[in-house]
Amino acid sequence: MWQYEKKLQYPVDIKTPNAKLAKIIISQLGGPDGELAASLRYLNQRYVMPYGEVKGLLTDIGTEELAHVEMISAILYQLTKNLTPEQIKASGFDTYFVDHTTGIYPIAASGAPFTATYFQSKGDVITDLTENMAAEQKARTTYDNILRLADDPDVRDPIRFLREREIVHFQRFGEALRITQDNLNSKNFYACNPAYDKNCGKRK
Amino acid sequence: MNERNMLLTKIKKYSFALYELNLYLDTHPDCRRALALFDKYNSIKNAAENEYIQKYGPITAEQNIDSQHWSWVDNPWPWERS
Repeated sequence: MWQYEKKLQYPVDIKTPNAKLAKIIISQLGGPDGELAASLRYLNQRYVMPYGEVKGLLTDIGTEELAHVEMISAILYQLTKNLTPEQIKASGFDTYFVDHTTGIYPIAASGAPFTATYFQSKGDVITDLTENMAAEQKARTTYDNILRLADDPDVRDPIRFLREREIVHFQRFGEALRITQDNLNSKNFYACNPAYDKNCGKRK
Repeated sequence: MNERNMLLTKIKKYSFALYELNLYLDTHPDCRRALALFDKYNSIKNAAENEYIQKYGPITAEQNIDSQHWSWVDNPWPWERS
């Protein structure tokens, strides 16, 4: 089960609304390498994992990603507060506004709505952990690109925090992959899938 | 920054340190140094959190201690500028 904590993981305090920036940053909510896909990826993958360390890591990082969904949503909420119809039209935010007003809805920057096709749960420990390491790097690149496009320090500060988290998660998933391989046959890690095949483990 | 935000910032800092140790311990469950640090920061965080709950209201709904009013619903919520 889960319990909500009435605080953000890292502060978001944006003084100047900027709908143009919101149009870009929304990709980290509902885009292909966004936080929602990340959370659902890890929380769905964890069930069939054979090792406690990997079950724990997927549960904990999947939960942290929900806190990142909330941070991105807070950024979007504050960037689109108190906008006039003129500002909405001039910024190009009108194409979003017509369907959602300033409500938060998960889409990519392109406008494509969130879809579960953004992630996989393959039921294979090595496959899933490798996907996760790539996913963290893809999210890191997206944050790098947001930092190339955003100059408001109030926005850059929480985005930099989120970018750093991708690097830490990549590191931890790398360790989870090492733990998995330590449990397998070093001559052929792919000889069997410990999430499915019985008696799949180190050769005696 | 007002006193409430300063206290909340302190809680966030210790929560973050605890969470970082949590992830580290997930892949290093026998690291005694990390376990000792987790214990140390956990008591500091709990003390700060108890002070906050007494003064400003609950961080989780279960921490509601007011018998006259359900303070859980009081503004501000985390996504709002304080």
